[in-house]
Amino acid sequence: MSAPLLTVEGLSVSFPGDGESRMRVVDRVGFSIAAGETLALVGESGCGKSMTALAIMRLIPKPGRIEAGSQIGFEARDVLSLSVPQMRAVRGARIGMIFQEPQTSLNPVTTVGSQVVEAIALHTQVSGSAARKRVVELFAQVGIPDPASRFDAYPHQLSGGLKQRVMIAMAMALRPRLLIADEPTTALDATIRAQILELLRNLSATTGTAVLLITHDFGVVNEVADRVAVMYAGQIVEEGTRVELLSRPRHPYTQGLLRSIPKPEARGHRLEEIKGAVPRPGHWPTGCRFHTRCTFAFEPCPAQEPARTAVSTTQAARCHLVAREIGP
Amino acid sequence: MTVLSAEALLEIRGLRTWFPVRTGVLRRPSSYVRAVDGVDLTIFPGETLALVGESGCGKTTVGRTILQLTEASGGSIWYRGVNLSLLSSQAFKPYRRQIQVVMQDPGSALDPRLTVRDCIAEGMDAFGIGAGAQERTERVAGLMGRVSLDPATMWRYPHEFSGGQRQRICIARALAVDPELLICDEATSALDVSIQAQILNLLADLQAERKLTYLFITHDLGVVRYFATRVAVMYLGRIVEVGPTERIFAEPRHPYTKALLASIPSLDPARRSVKPVALGDVPSPERPPPGCHYHPRCAVRLERCSREDPPVVPFSDGISRCFLSLDDRNGQIGGQGNGRTSTA
Repeated sequence: MSAPLLTVEGLSVSFPGDGESRMRVVDRVGFSIAAGETLALVGESGCGKSMTALAIMRLIPKPGRIEAGSQIGFEARDVLSLSVPQMRAVRGARIGMIFQEPQTSLNPVTTVGSQVVEAIALHTQVSGSAARKRVVELFAQVGIPDPASRFDAYPHQLSGGLKQRVMIAMAMALRPRLLIADEPTTALDATIRAQILELLRNLSATTGTAVLLITHDFGVVNEVADRVAVMYAGQIVEEGTRVELLSRPRHPYTQGLLRSIPKPEARGHRLEEIKGAVPRPGHWPTGCRFHTRCTFAFEPCPAQEPARTAVSTTQAARCHLVAREIGP
Repeated sequence: MTVLSAEALLEIRGLRTWFPVRTGVLRRPSSYVRAVDGVDLTIFPGETLALVGESGCGKTTVGRTILQLTEASGGSIWYRGVNLSLLSSQAFKPYRRQIQVVMQDPGSALDPRLTVRDCIAEGMDAFGIGAGAQERTERVAGLMGRVSLDPATMWRYPHEFSGGQRQRICIARALAVDPELLICDEATSALDVSIQAQILNLLADLQAERKLTYLFITHDLGVVRYFATRVAVMYLGRIVEVGPTERIFAEPRHPYTKALLASIPSLDPARRSVKPVALGDVPSPERPPPGCHYHPRCAVRLERCSREDPPVVPFSDGISRCFLSLDDRNGQIGGQGNGRTSTA
């Protein structure tokens, strides 16, 4: 296997806590993405999944910071040691991004076409007419009907689904190797979400762009991801292929999440709950951070942080119970 | 469909809620957003009727109009045989007690200046429930215990609680006045999935204990399929299909219902099933398309769909507002069955 496109190792992100201390919102996270692959980073609000994505782009808002010892490698370069201009060249050109709310990412007083042209012109020398032609092509590629006339539309003239397509066109404009998509379909209606999911699937298949998909929705994971990493309280607690995680989850948190989704077979039965609430950053329990909500917790869980235990060549969990079952 | 049902708890007939779009110096209405445009709906005691649809379809406005938070432009709303639309606000007051609401964002639904005790007791004060402050406080403690909140925390303020806990506070507040009908408007949509399961279980338990009736307004079809007795599907101000939940999901009749169901992501790793069936975008409710509102997005539309309003086609278990459903119904009545009809 060739070197992965993106490797993240020991990534920690911290914000100021009470007094002098800093609290970590992302704590020693590691994963990799191969070229053309779609990895879903899944978890509930506050688990650190969006901060992980922002860290990769070096867009952590102040006073947050990436802690020493964190490593991010992208296309065989050390992202954290790049200069600001070097990083700017990577962002947008080599790594594209789309977010949940397309309306807040688009400038309301400029046409959507010229905003995509601007994004292209930031990184490449291109004439006005060539840029316009390229953008109209991109608009057609992401399924914007009547792309030539939509070039001159203002954001408010477009629906949420079309604005998200413009964002995708902008992110894909320079044929990035990695697309970071943070909850790209969460704000969209069901019938529009279906269109965008199909688009994301097709784009990564036709362009070979790898995708880091941030989501809380296992349905979206199943529809587009190749591999999945589940985050809880700032850490990755389980990772595996899509089929492994959805059909044979090993970590009690992954199992609980999947069971708590209302499914048709559960009609007339109680849903399985995960008791308690997601702990907030700075209030994470000792040992295994999930032990306070886990029905299987035993002696080592509150005392000792569980190590990563490989279940297969592709699946691993951070859980004392899994470690005991697998054996040394 | 003007016949009122004797068993119904709530009946909506021909409900219209239009919002004027005002322009010019004189602020005269130049057009109307037809948020709710001729809706018929019946809710039976003890059931959970899900009202589903995408943003802007008018589902929230239906709920707000029932609660008289928004004025109806036409039609009528009947509660146990009484036409609420004709009542003065004074005469409506007892019904305001019977019909309570739990909304999506528990953060903004609670007054941040009130303690949790006062938030929950507000309705009891308004309707004179409980002999005095002491008795109301005791009732608040009981309600908090019932929704799994620690009664010792009743003197704290809403911001000190998590999203899931705040939704429990909203539920306790609604229950404090012993309502019959609870309108849940996206009540679990803002919650994480592990917390959503807790709230859905709580709502199911409360329904069984108190014989509550739910109008469950949501865009989440997974929750609907798990939780609802019957489903009403709304599109651009109109109800397009009504039926029992299991039949709707197994054999949807309206093309829009079919598109909605095809858009549900699968959780089965052996199957990726999302199909974008509905074409293009949802049009603005200010300018709904002529004829069937769904026709520009419909993959099986007929020529007449863009010109004529489709009829409300009655079936034994609901309705479908589509010309194609006429054929389905004829097949059902003829007993021949053409392979597409339900015998429910």
